[in-house]
Amino acid sequence: MTPDSRQSLVSLSGVAKTYGSGTLALEGVSTEIARGSFVSLVGPSGCGKSTLLRIIAGLIEPSAGKISWPLNGGARPADIGFVFQDATLMPWARVFENVYLPLKLKGVSRKDAEARVGEALQRVGLSDFAAAYPRELSGGMKMRVSIARALVTEPPVLLMDEPFAALDEFTREKLDDDLLELWRGQNWTVIFVTHSVYESVYLSERVLVMGARPGRVLQDIHIDAPFPRGRAFRESTGYVARCAEVSAALREGAEA
Amino acid sequence: MEDSRAYRIFLPLAVGIAFLLLWEGLVRHYAVPEFVLPAPSRIAQSLVDNFGSLMGSLMVTLKVTILAFLLAVVGGVGLAIVFSQSRAIEGALFPYAVILQVTPVVSIAPLILIWVGFDRVELALLIIAWIVAFFPILSNTTLGLRSADHNLRDLFRLYGASRWQVLSELLLPSALPYMLGGMKISGGLALIGAVVAEFVAGSGASTGLAWRIIEAGNRLDIPKMFAALLLLSALGITIFFALSWLEHTLLKRWHESALRREA
Ligand SMILES: Nc1ncnc2c1ncn2[C@@H]1O[C@H](COP(=O)(O)OP(=O)(O)OP(=O)(O)O)[C@@H](O)[C@H]1O
Ligand SMILES: [Mg+2]
Repeated sequence: MTPDSRQSLVSLSGVAKTYGSGTLALEGVSTEIARGSFVSLVGPSGCGKSTLLRIIAGLIEPSAGKISWPLNGGARPADIGFVFQDATLMPWARVFENVYLPLKLKGVSRKDAEARVGEALQRVGLSDFAAAYPRELSGGMKMRVSIARALVTEPPVLLMDEPFAALDEFTREKLDDDLLELWRGQNWTVIFVTHSVYESVYLSERVLVMGARPGRVLQDIHIDAPFPRGRAFRESTGYVARCAEVSAALREGAEA
Repeated sequence: MEDSRAYRIFLPLAVGIAFLLLWEGLVRHYAVPEFVLPAPSRIAQSLVDNFGSLMGSLMVTLKVTILAFLLAVVGGVGLAIVFSQSRAIEGALFPYAVILQVTPVVSIAPLILIWVGFDRVELALLIIAWIVAFFPILSNTTLGLRSADHNLRDLFRLYGASRWQVLSELLLPSALPYMLGGMKISGGLALIGAVVAEFVAGSGASTGLAWRIIEAGNRLDIPKMFAALLLLSALGITIFFALSWLEHTLLKRWHESALRREA
């Protein structure tokens, strides 16, 4: 475990969430996430990963505990990109309009936005579908539109909830690499939820392994392989060992 | 089925023609008196003979119906938007909208006529037709404005959208299918309201199609009654199809209800 020398961007202490229905979705989550870091959350279905991400985004309030943003004088940064677990597109709007939305809401004119929207669509390989309606896209394509929408504002903080789960292995690996490149190039902070142990190890500097009932962080595993990572890392013994470590932590959580 | 379109159009048409022929044949064969049941040919004749007065009446009814419908759209959508902005206002006013809806319009019609005055019957007709047409649009749009996807709402919040942006970019588009559904019901109701109002107003003060029916009935001019009835049906059908067309045009690219499924 190497302690992070970077400044802490967001700090959670004893965060818990009980939903109105009485479900205890999270309990006692305390962690720090450094600015510029890439952190993954893995855990069984229903362990509160989406809930934690929503709390960090400020979409729901924790029912106990504190979340603070020390770098920003305690306030949440205004520009947070969020990719929902399902694509969450506006069905009545074409792909272009969907990706343009964040800029539109910030008052950027269509003309000024065109190039940036085009670039975001190109990143996810959907340049040819700008005029299509979401209905006309496959599940994975919809998800990619949703990723393009999150990227279009170039947010310094990017929260992604299983963004690549619906994609084929090949596209997923390509987007993994694209994401890593963006993250390194732009000095973003990425918090990434995934079900895939392999993906979490490949992408992250840190993997937070979560357990269910109640949802909590079981282990905080540092992946200290250097970036850029590529094919070679994916096939290295170090990678396999890390994956085994994360899997073991998950299993432990399931048996506990 | 590749000929489903043909089925949809020609089948009902063929049934209609067969029905008319049977009607004509039976009336002639049994020599049914005209004041009991006129033959279709006799009704068509009456339509031609009274074309001027019937068309004038059609215009009166059409004007009341369309005006009442448009005002119902403006009022219904407008009030629903107000409701969407404040639960308190919705809670305070919605019960009264319901009361207005559940009270049989025939029973309030005379009151409205008296208030508005018999010299302004058309205004009274308009108000009555509006009351009938208003509620489906209000209740459907209210439901539609509430049905916006919650993740999308969160997304708008995350990007700091203003109230107005949420309304115009998210709530109204989400509500559009519901709104159009309400309009389809209201279009027919506006016509019913206009006709009922005229029946109540009676007295020859109004000159719409409903009055023509009453008038022809009093004179036992049954073919003319049927002719006026025919025009009323045609009007109702036209309104329905116009609104269906509007709905289809606005929703065909994205809403489940209007999408053609690949076979
Ligand atoms: N809006 C809600 N109302 C009530 N309970 C909820 C709500 N959202 C989530 N929960 C509950 O909270 C718990 C955690 O849900 P959450 O969506 O955070 O899980 P998750 O880890 O993201 O699961 P998955 O991997 O399947 O997406 C679950 O038990 C779920 O039933
Ligand atoms: Mg989830």
